[in-house]
Order: sequence, then C-alpha cells, then structure tokens
Amino acid sequence: MSDYYEREDLKKFADIGKDAPELAHKFFDYYAAVFAEGELSAREKALIALGVAHAVQCPYCIEAYTTSCLEKGSNLGEMTEAVHVANAIRGGASLVHGVQMRKLAEKVSL
Amino acid sequence: MKDTLHNSFELRLTREGVSLKRDQAHTLQINTGLLCDLKCRHCHLSAGPGRKEVMSLQTMEQVIAYAKRNRFATIDITGGAPELVPHIEHLIGNLAPSTDRLMLRTNLTALSQPDKTHLLELFREHRVILIASFPSTNEGQLAAQRGDGVMDPSLKMLQKLNDVGYGIEGSGLELDLVANPSGAFMPTDQEAAERKFKHDLARKWNLHFNSLFIFANMPLGRFADWLEQSENFDAYMEKLHSGFNSCTLDGLMCRTLVSVAWDGNLYDCDFNQAAHIPLGGKPTHISEFEGLPERGTAIAVGEHCFACTAGSGFT
Repeated sequence: MSDYYEREDLKKFADIGKDAPELAHKFFDYYAAVFAEGELSAREKALIALGVAHAVQCPYCIEAYTTSCLEKGSNLGEMTEAVHVANAIRGGASLVHGVQMRKLAEKVSL
Repeated sequence: MKDTLHNSFELRLTREGVSLKRDQAHTLQINTGLLCDLKCRHCHLSAGPGRKEVMSLQTMEQVIAYAKRNRFATIDITGGAPELVPHIEHLIGNLAPSTDRLMLRTNLTALSQPDKTHLLELFREHRVILIASFPSTNEGQLAAQRGDGVMDPSLKMLQKLNDVGYGIEGSGLELDLVANPSGAFMPTDQEAAERKFKHDLARKWNLHFNSLFIFANMPLGRFADWLEQSENFDAYMEKLHSGFNSCTLDGLMCRTLVSVAWDGNLYDCDFNQAAHIPLGGKPTHISEFEGLPERGTAIAVGEHCFACTAGSGFT
C-alpha cells in the first residue's frame, strides 16, 4: 500500500459487506433512501452531501459528490457556495467555542 | 485508445440481441456549414471562424427541391452558425412552406452581429422555432465551453428574443434552449434541469424560454480532442458504455431523420457527418436521392453512438 487514500478504493466500498453483510445491506439501503428524490430534490441533496464531504474531509466523498452535483445539474458557483457553507459552519463552530474560552478565562481572571 | 474501442457499439447491439433500423423519416436536418463565430470546446464538428465549408446556393436549391418532393413534418437547420451562411434567407424562405415545423439552431452570438438583425424579422415572419445554445447559467462554465465574453451577448440576444415574443407564453414564437454538460460527465435529467434553468434565468435576468433540451457531449471532433488531451477519454467512454440503455433505441432520432451536410451528402445523423459515416454506408448526394431512406434498413453506427444511448438517451 503506497498511500492510505487510493482513488480506485472507492469502487471497493461494497467489500465492507464481506464480513458483516446484514449491517452493510442496512446501511446501503438506508443510504439509497436518503438520496432518493423527496421533499428535497436529488440535486439539492447532492449539494448538501458535497458540503458535508468537505466538512468531514473525505476525498472519496468529495470526488463522488463533485461528479454527482455536476451530473444533477448544479453549476460550479452553486457547488463552491456549498463548500463555503460547510466552511462557515466548521469555522463558526470553532469560533463560537471562543465564548467558552472567554467565560473560563474571565472566571479565573481579575 | 479511440481505435481499440472501434465498432464496439455494433458488438454491443449484437450482444444485447437488438438492432438499429430505420423507421419512417419525418425530419430533415440540414447542416449549412462549419463556419461559426465561436469555437466551442464541445463541438463535435470542430466548427469555427476559420472554416470555409458552407452550403452553396446550388446545394440549397437541391435541398429545397428535395424538401418539396418529400414533405417532412420537421425541418431542422443547423451548423456551424447558419446565420453566417450566405443566402440563408433564401433557404429559410423556401423551406418554410414545405414543413409544419421549421427549426433553426442558433448560438445567439452570430445572430447578435450588426448585419444579421434582419434575420430576426425573417424568423418571426416564418414562425421559425429557435433552438439556442445556452449550456450553463454559470459564467465561468459557459466561458470554459464557448469562449470568453460569450455570456453577455447571449443574454442580450435572449432579451431581444423575449422582447419580440420568442419564448413568451401565447406568442406562438417558440424559443428552446440546448445545454450540454460542461465537461466529461453525464448530462442531468432534462425535466429537473428545465425547471432549474427556468427558475435561474427568470430570477437572475428575467428571461424566458419554452423548453430545455439536454444532450450528452459527443466523443467526436473538438470534444474528442479535448478528452484525449485532458486524459478523460477512457473514463468518459467507460461512463457512456456503462450507461448503455437498450430502451433508448426506439426513440433515437437517427431512425426518423435524414441529415444533409453542407456539401449535399447524406447521413443518418449530424454525428455521423462528423464521423464521416455516410447514409447507408456509401456516399450519396441529395441531388441523386429521390425519396426517403427505406424503412427497416440498417443505420450506420460508430463508437460515438454510445453517447445517444446512455441513460435516458438522445432523441
């Protein structure tokens, strides 16, 4: 193994069911249901997935949902904005904890 | 890699136990030439400003005579940019009485040229259905596909078309848009894309149109060159192969189409023109062709045909 992340590995995702097939089936059925057209369109769900993929920094998910977004008709502007949404929430989550820092610091400070 | 995959479409048909045969032809598609003001990177014909191949007046007369002999429900004028072809007014004026639906493909920018303003009035007069290329509502992606500075004149021309009634409900003037994916990926679902384009164009620019058609990019011409250069060719062909859907065969346009090139030679479709695969497998000129291609005869196919049969297909 030359790298932890190899592009071709995504195609082997189904192998995860080899020693726990029931759990894998439940997961993949659920996954398919989540991404089916519902109150949100499949295109909107792919954009959310793209944002989350960046938040969790999964290279497989980033590739899969970049392609999915393009093939579902999203343009690069929308996709870039989705990544900014993920970034804003990630950055905001860090920053808002600054309130804890300030609270704790104030408690022990004169 | 292109050669190793040659003829695999025919093999696939055989393996699936299906065939691609002609039905009654009802559409005449006329390619008026490869001259274009744009040099789109997805163009299967490699059309552009430097191209000299345009339909002569003599060939136009032969096409007009053929259309009179065989009344087609639809006549579809394409290019290149038909607006730039000398005597295009003559072709349009003489074809209009021979069909119920006369369509013309426009890239919007050629129609914007100062000496082409009279064409808009001609289109209105003959109720020509305009099929306009507008592949993306994103300026960067549109520029990547069609060239820098194309968005602004395209939007202005769409506005002008709306102003004279094109694309406006109840006007009787039909304006449809055509979008291709801006790269080596599959096209989106047409209905969903139409809803989104209508919403985006109205919201961003207060522009309107009737229908949107989404087509897969053909692995031919300039697009094939780009696929090779960018090392996307194999992956793209794999996508097209894996998306093969035999249910699309019945609705393929080549079954009901006669395609005539700028020089008068006949093909099963515009893509076969680009691939140089003549109608019936041998070169035939429109001046020597009296009627319609016979029903039940085989359609010439090539590797590019996978682009018409992937997913929900290209009708």
